[in-house]
Amino acid sequence: MRRGPSVFNRISIGAGLVFLYAPILLLMIYSFNDSRAVNVWAGFSTRWYTALFRDSQLMGALWITLRIGVVSASIATVLGVMAAVALARGGLFRGRTLFSGMVYAPLVMPEVITGLSLLLLFVAVGLDRGFWTVVMAHATFTLCYVAVVVQARLSTFDTALEEAAQDLGCPPWRAFFAVTLPNIIPAVAAGWVLALILSLDDLVIASFTSGPGSTTLPMRIYSAVRLGVSPEINAVSTLLIGAVAVGIAVYGSVSRRRTAPARA
Amino acid sequence: MAAIAPYLWLGMLFAFPFLLVFKLSLSDVALSMPPYAPKFDPGNIGRFVRALDLDTYGRLVSDPIYIKAWLSSLKIAAISTALLVLIGYPIAYGMARCSSGSRQLLVLAVTLPFFTSFLIRVYAWVAILKPAGILNAGLHALGLPPVAVMNTDAAVYIGMVYAYLPFMALPLYAVLEKQDESLIEAAADLGATPFRAFWTVTFPMSLPGVAAGALLCFIPIVGEFVIPDLLGGSSTLMIGKTIWTEFFNNRDWPAAAAAATALLITLVVPLMLYQRQQARVLR
Repeated sequence: MRRGPSVFNRISIGAGLVFLYAPILLLMIYSFNDSRAVNVWAGFSTRWYTALFRDSQLMGALWITLRIGVVSASIATVLGVMAAVALARGGLFRGRTLFSGMVYAPLVMPEVITGLSLLLLFVAVGLDRGFWTVVMAHATFTLCYVAVVVQARLSTFDTALEEAAQDLGCPPWRAFFAVTLPNIIPAVAAGWVLALILSLDDLVIASFTSGPGSTTLPMRIYSAVRLGVSPEINAVSTLLIGAVAVGIAVYGSVSRRRTAPARA
Repeated sequence: MAAIAPYLWLGMLFAFPFLLVFKLSLSDVALSMPPYAPKFDPGNIGRFVRALDLDTYGRLVSDPIYIKAWLSSLKIAAISTALLVLIGYPIAYGMARCSSGSRQLLVLAVTLPFFTSFLIRVYAWVAILKPAGILNAGLHALGLPPVAVMNTDAAVYIGMVYAYLPFMALPLYAVLEKQDESLIEAAADLGATPFRAFWTVTFPMSLPGVAAGALLCFIPIVGEFVIPDLLGGSSTLMIGKTIWTEFFNNRDWPAAAAAATALLITLVVPLMLYQRQQARVLR
């Protein structure tokens, strides 16, 4: 028998949720403020949004950021699924400890270290910093998140199906594409979405690895924030939060529709 | 088989560059592009070892600002992690005691902020805490005097707790949720007060979750840059900020590399504990 939550439990959950969501909600509300000052409410207005779409620098940065995100998330997904398969099915291969170390360490590694070390690599091999260096840097740290998400799904997936396919003469790679992949595809998609979001969000690693023509949106937001709070940044932030919320809602409903018949 | 490509990729782009950081930390600053003169030439190890001097490290140790930044990073990370346990535990404990339907919803609610931009979530606090911000406007409306939180260590702690709370609450919840309720009932039957039952049964059994959450928060917080930069003041010293400033503002790449090496060495033990714990989860 599970005891229900006590008054204290309810208060801690409530306070925790207020703490997590109030700052974001305040930011969104103030993006519709007609005044430039944050401490005065001067009425509802969407003028900061119209100003945004006229800001060609910002729109350019958004476009670069999206392209980097989609390309790096796709590379990260391919490599991350391979890493997950190796971790979940590989058994004890040589260098497994080092391999799992390299998969898990980037999840907690301070970004300044990852960013600086990647930059030095690009300088050492004589690669000009720009679009592709940011893509490679983002693919490197996001592939680890994909690997963790997919590996969690693989570890609950019955290996008997793969073994049956192989017993019937399927080569391992074909068993993977015909049996395993269709079963883990929701986790693979979730990994891709997570990699995309992390790439769109990254400031520190992009700052180290980008070149003159590849300033990303977080870099633009950061330099604007350094100059102070502005309603334009509130508006950009609200749009980004909205985009992520819509993305998660769409993903949630699609994956529910996919898994519903399987459960029945 | 499947390991080969990600193995090579991570080896090339994650592990190998640490050697480059270490190598650069032994170089001299130079007015060229890239702005350093290599001292370490792999083809001439003998001469390098004879001429080995740790100039950059010497500079870091002799300038008290670096030592202070390093110590202050450890202090801020330790206090933030302790605050996260104190604030995250009651939330995770409350979540674990809800019905399974609301538990799923709450896990989603705690996870969602992780998907909104880290930079934007920190920036939201700038708008709240700055002198003419939302907090002081609210205090003014209530007839209370304004508070000066922005650009202090207090603002940094608020930002750290805010940004890392999901990383603390979720591992704690994962452990607390699995706990067998009958143990608490047994303690109560034997006459333990609810507090004593919690303190002698629930809490010790949840320590693996505390350790998991603490490592997930402590390691990145030691090297955190965005939060001390945007919410902290000029007196808030953190090693992540030092690395950034040396690299981008002072263009002193060897000093940035030496500070990064020092940070990495500091994190070796926590990282090993974290890896051991991940390996246990895998099994």
